[in-house]
Amino acid sequence: MIGTHCKSCGEYYFPPRTLCPNCRRTGQMEEHKFRGTGTVITYTTIYSATEDFERLTPYNLAIIQLDEGPKLTGQVVCSPENMKIGMRVRPVFRILGKEGERGIIYYGTKFAPAEDAP
Amino acid sequence: MRGDHLGVGIVSYGVYIPRYRIKVDEIARVWGEVEDVARSLNVYEKAVPDLDEDTATIAVEAARNAISRADLDPRRIGAIYTGSESHPYAVKPTGTIVGEAIGCSHSHTVADMEFACKAGTAAIQACLGLVRSGMIDLGLAIGADVSQGAPGDALEYTAAAGGAAYVVGSKDLIAEIEGTYSFTTDTPDFWRREGMPYPEHGGRFTGEPAYFKHVTSAAKGLMEILGRGPEDYDYAVFHQPNGKFPVRVAAKLGFKKEQIAPGLVVPLIGNTYSGSTLIGLAATLDQAKPGESIFVTSFGSGAGSDAFSIRVTERIDDIRDRAPSVRDYIAIAEYIDYARYAKHKGKLRL
Ligand SMILES: [Zn+2]
Repeated sequence: MIGTHCKSCGEYYFPPRTLCPNCRRTGQMEEHKFRGTGTVITYTTIYSATEDFERLTPYNLAIIQLDEGPKLTGQVVCSPENMKIGMRVRPVFRILGKEGERGIIYYGTKFAPAEDAP
Repeated sequence: MRGDHLGVGIVSYGVYIPRYRIKVDEIARVWGEVEDVARSLNVYEKAVPDLDEDTATIAVEAARNAISRADLDPRRIGAIYTGSESHPYAVKPTGTIVGEAIGCSHSHTVADMEFACKAGTAAIQACLGLVRSGMIDLGLAIGADVSQGAPGDALEYTAAAGGAAYVVGSKDLIAEIEGTYSFTTDTPDFWRREGMPYPEHGGRFTGEPAYFKHVTSAAKGLMEILGRGPEDYDYAVFHQPNGKFPVRVAAKLGFKKEQIAPGLVVPLIGNTYSGSTLIGLAATLDQAKPGESIFVTSFGSGAGSDAFSIRVTERIDDIRDRAPSVRDYIAIAEYIDYARYAKHKGKLRL
């Protein structure tokens, strides 16, 4: 998970930004690799989805605050009854989606409960 | 192929096993099997991938564990070879996805390997050659699979998901690979034609001419080159298509049960195909002490075997606990029933 970090004000950005909204022209942006660990701020469980995602239902979509600060929306892979606001999560590498039977497969980061870690 | 006194070996290793498990008894119940299948196969549970896991995601997780175990800079990796019989794309290498996900530089070579269950050990051999010739600093060899058996087929009881990644290099070794030897013939014991969803196999009579002949030939070949016997090894790992074959082939070669016990993980996770021998080796490295030696022989249908003689170095104690062990993964099992399993495998056509 690559984002950016402003060396002037210390803010982290994900997705990456080229300009720091705090510092504007005085900002000094550098690439930052996020640890991917964070906390669930809020979440919803999807029970019915479009054709491409129907097979995954029910699945949990959460707003996650990364430990460095930025918030993002991501899927948390665990059964809905184990979801809790405030739960700690860790990154996992998963299939994000497929363009049907013939198209591209998209891969990237989802999240899993930190307590499930081996 | 043969090689000894290589001076190269394993710099790090990592594994990944999906958290879902189905009991073999549950599969047998659905198919109305009256025989105690689990006991006759010596396989009691098998690992099942999540809905959004495949060979590429398993390869990435295993590779990340290997990188973090030895705190390696992934930009040092000059080659990625991923062995599998279930690559997500027929055309587009799994290794390209792995390289990007673990943060490799783009100046590395990638190719996918296929040789049924031994593609991962073939990947290690390719890396050994490139490291020893000085063409690369580090090589990443992976064996990973999300294996499929047709519903109701005997393979369904054992076909499982998992993988292991090995970083091969010449410095900071946790284990030296003292020698390797391969034995290969044209034997049609198990195959899958292009575009077909499930493999075909020659049935239960292919054990002798396929598994046993190739494993014993490769194992004996290597021991002959090195002038050693089973008594010179602390541990041994043989490919684990079920829980019976590796036990039988070990006895046939003169290895004792205690030598194969640490690496015999198939009763609890199933046959992870390209991951099988490599996860067994990882489980052995998880507990081997400096100076101990490990004998390894893989098997791939088609057919061939790669044998390795491995000696563990002092460095193993420094890095072993920095990534999850095989037993750590086995311990976090979440059990599912056949209905859920069928959904996970996308198994709708019968
Ligand atoms: Zn700023």
